[in-house]
Amino acid sequence: MRALVVDDSRAIRSVISRMLREMGYSVTEAGNGREALDQLAATGGCPDVALLDWNMPVMDGFTLLGELRKDPSYASMRIMMVTTETEIDRMQAALAAGADEYLMKPFTPDALRDKLGILGLSQAA
Amino acid sequence: MSPSLDPQEFAWLCTFLRNESAIIIDETKEYLVTTRLAPVLKELGLKTLSELLTQLKRRPLTAVHQRVIEAMTTNETSFFRDLHPFDTLRNDILPELVKKRGGAGLNIWCAASSTGQEPYTIAMVLREAFPDVAARSKILCTDINNTVLERTKQGLYTQLEVNRGLPAPLLLKYFDRKGQEWQVKEELRRMIDARVMNLAIPWSGVAMMDIVFIRNVLIYFDIETKRSIIGRIRKNMALDGFLFLGGAESLLNIDSDFARTMAGKSTLYKRAA
Repeated sequence: MRALVVDDSRAIRSVISRMLREMGYSVTEAGNGREALDQLAATGGCPDVALLDWNMPVMDGFTLLGELRKDPSYASMRIMMVTTETEIDRMQAALAAGADEYLMKPFTPDALRDKLGILGLSQAA
Repeated sequence: MSPSLDPQEFAWLCTFLRNESAIIIDETKEYLVTTRLAPVLKELGLKTLSELLTQLKRRPLTAVHQRVIEAMTTNETSFFRDLHPFDTLRNDILPELVKKRGGAGLNIWCAASSTGQEPYTIAMVLREAFPDVAARSKILCTDINNTVLERTKQGLYTQLEVNRGLPAPLLLKYFDRKGQEWQVKEELRRMIDARVMNLAIPWSGVAMMDIVFIRNVLIYFDIETKRSIIGRIRKNMALDGFLFLGGAESLLNIDSDFARTMAGKSTLYKRAA
């Protein structure tokens, strides 16, 4: 299984990527929405799941979510917002815009594993 | 700091826990004692487990004894723990029982329900699949630990707790934000009947159950206590009811009047014909 982690914090990207690799995922990383789109276009693949931070420079995660959901090439990609935004209206907006799950920071590896399980992606190995 | 107990002290503590709560702790579980009781030492301002034992040896039983039992019996839990039992409940068990009962309310029992994530998971599954039946159903939550039952009644969970296993759409639908916490909505809380119960002691006043969840609980009891608990649960179940155990548990050599059955990815038990 392949995962894309988009977060402007290198430290947080690294923590999330490590958790995913320990679950058997191969992981690519991007530092903002624009970088993620460029990377996807360059590689031509569709990761099984993308984990998007909300607040990032250049292009935020909510905008990236909208871009991904507009493009049929990424229709099979499951998208999880992973963010410190914990207000109900933000969560509602993300789900309405096509996010499949929402994980609030901070979180434990178990919480990430549970959320991937909800998306039917727990058996990565 | 909580230095280890010497073997005599550890044996005394094991006997205390067995007598007062029927929990079986053996020498391989000393880490469990140390981990679970460290917060109790801190709360009571004690430095060592030996000091705590001195208090536990006093009679009559006090809040300290109760606190120790609670600390040792609080089970790890999360919403939709293990996922597949709730898929089985949604796809197989509820449709069958709702049809058989003609839409009447169901009686469901979560034994050792801890802080309530499992009963509220069941409540959400039932509410999503059969809202009218949910409104007429009751979920009995029992635990030896009154503190966790009070939390269950309040239905208040931290962000870390709602992050564990709860699908975001259900969080938005069935919880209200209360400051930094999330509270289960009244429509689910009123389905809950929370009662203190020591499973090792015969109970009364429990309705005949359609579904019983007693997952990851029997492991704490010796074989005779397991037989006694399961036998009494069986007598408290409808003839066509279903029993859910934990994924690694079985009733082999415990109760031959239950028949093992598979539904979806779950193994569960029905009363033998």
